[in-house]
Amino acid sequence: MSENPLRSLTAANVVVVAGKGGVGKTTVTAVIARAAARSGQRVLVIELDGKPALDELLPDRDGEALTVVHLSAPDALEEYLNDHGFRRIAKRLNRTGVIDMVGTAAPGIDDVVVLGKVKQYEKSGEYDLVVVDGPAAGHAVTFLMSATGLADAVRGGPIRSQADDVLELLAEPERCMAVLVTLPETTPVNETIETAFALEEDVGIRLGPVVVNGVDQGTDLPAPDDVDAALQAAELDHAVIDVLRDAATFRRSRRAMEREALDRLAVGLPLGQVQMRALPVAGLDADDIDALADELIAESGS
Amino acid sequence: MTVDGRVAAGSMRDVVERSDVIVCCGSGGVGKTTTAAVIGMDAARLGRRVVVVTIDPAKRLADALGLSAGLSSSPQRIDGLGVDPGVGGEMWAMMLDTAATFDGLVRTHADDDEQIDRILSNRFYRNMAGAMSGTQEYMAAETLHALHNDDRFDLVVVDTPPSRNALDFLDAPGVLSRFLDHRIFKLAMLPTRSGLKVFGAAAQPIFKTIGKVVGSDVLADSLAFFQAFSGMETGFRERADDVVALLRAERTSFVVVASPRHDTITEAVWFAHQLDDQGVGVAAAIVNRVQPAFGEIEMPADIGVEGPEVEVPGVVVPGGAVAALWRNLGELQQIRNAELAALEPLVALTEPAPIALLPLLDGDIHDLGSLDQVAQHLFP
Repeated sequence: MSENPLRSLTAANVVVVAGKGGVGKTTVTAVIARAAARSGQRVLVIELDGKPALDELLPDRDGEALTVVHLSAPDALEEYLNDHGFRRIAKRLNRTGVIDMVGTAAPGIDDVVVLGKVKQYEKSGEYDLVVVDGPAAGHAVTFLMSATGLADAVRGGPIRSQADDVLELLAEPERCMAVLVTLPETTPVNETIETAFALEEDVGIRLGPVVVNGVDQGTDLPAPDDVDAALQAAELDHAVIDVLRDAATFRRSRRAMEREALDRLAVGLPLGQVQMRALPVAGLDADDIDALADELIAESGS
Repeated sequence: MTVDGRVAAGSMRDVVERSDVIVCCGSGGVGKTTTAAVIGMDAARLGRRVVVVTIDPAKRLADALGLSAGLSSSPQRIDGLGVDPGVGGEMWAMMLDTAATFDGLVRTHADDDEQIDRILSNRFYRNMAGAMSGTQEYMAAETLHALHNDDRFDLVVVDTPPSRNALDFLDAPGVLSRFLDHRIFKLAMLPTRSGLKVFGAAAQPIFKTIGKVVGSDVLADSLAFFQAFSGMETGFRERADDVVALLRAERTSFVVVASPRHDTITEAVWFAHQLDDQGVGVAAAIVNRVQPAFGEIEMPADIGVEGPEVEVPGVVVPGGAVAALWRNLGELQQIRNAELAALEPLVALTEPAPIALLPLLDGDIHDLGSLDQVAQHLFP
């Protein structure tokens, strides 16, 4: 556990939240942003591609400065091209065609344009913290590597200088860091460890603590021996005893699996861990985000 | 009809029996690959010669299938499935290799070795084969088509790339055709008086602008690609039409996969709508990792210490350990109820197609035995 989880999760101007599909990257983004806003920071949340979900999870709350914007890579690229003399000649050409061609000729150009916008927000001075919900398809490494690749392929021009600016942003630990999100399960933990090393080696970006989402922190279970003794003493129906015992056995082995995964994460990655508990719901809403943000603030003693 | 009631015995098996191709679609992280593997196992036991194509397999799944060296880009046979020798089914598994598949298409359609070399070594082509949006979906469909025509197999199960849009896959073969149809391609192909097309095209204002943005080297590569590709468009287009026809064939079934959470159910519903709009239809829905039920008992009203709110009055149970067990059961039931409520929209939409709920297991999937545990719920 990090000593002050909120501070360690928000220790740079820009925090890029990354993780594979299904691990809860978007809810973790929302919790970090909400907790920071509640602690008095002016927060901007940037949502990339995908279907907008963060507006719903982060409604306006009195006294909190929290803004959500959406950036889509193709739109950002089109806007960029328009700003660079493309509009004048493109009127009679198929726009998507040109954008596809530019995107294919210089892969990563759309990601660099997006990261360039992130940098603009960071530099604007209007926000204390910018939280980026990573790309939908979840390839954090490709996304963050885009500037390196382009800087190799493109020797000059406006895109090159944008790539250079982005590389500078990614390399400065006070300005930018990545927070990886995972679940307390074998495969997500394995993939997180791999991604962390790839980010460190290939991108050189600072890594914040890993957020483990959906950790079972529900009711404490008695030891198996105590379960049997208590159930006998309780004089319950056999069918009921079986159900209670099966449910306890199931949960105990799920928890053992979680613990094993958390331990392996701690051994495999020398980073702090911040845990967010599982809620007994099928998807979080804005109130759940508020509650988890309050818990994060309480844990951080601020 | 209740959700559980729809898991009619054998209904997923019907889908397997009446299909030559099964496409698993759904958002990322919902267990599409595992589902595809389980379908493959069952099909093999039914006597089918099935090949499972996965996009981005976790190492753990390869291990579970007994392929400790990982999946390769050519089909490998899976042993130890316990297929009845009299039935004669086989299961094979492979991983999609987008770039190699694209290279194969180029080799098929090129006129000569010189054209193949020019294309395969071109940087724009390499970018396109590896990363252009839609390429992965296109090559998945292409691979599916090739395997469908391979005599070794009579069923192909494929999991789709984790795109937001089901149509990305259905339309994928058209991506390249449309790309080549763009006027920009035609502009690049304009003959010039000098006969040096690269320099001629590069002088077009549009390309000058692109060159300014991406650099002249990158532009030159792109134009060289378009010229090298010249003459192959028709072959590519015809092949793409074949692939589209296969995706829409009667014996091709689309299975929507989700997890029991609002967001992935919303995506699954969206997928199902899109497939419907295209006249394809959903053959079955599969919801992975549903909190299991532990029996039809009701919670007592007073479990000694504060516990979940329940409605059966008059029953008092000692506190302490037993109270903790009741609370545990209550919490698990609460999750299950929330999940069942979340998947209602999918149930309503896909009716009367079968929907299977696969339980969250008490361990993770690491060998054929644990895949079998899932299979028993999918094919009761």
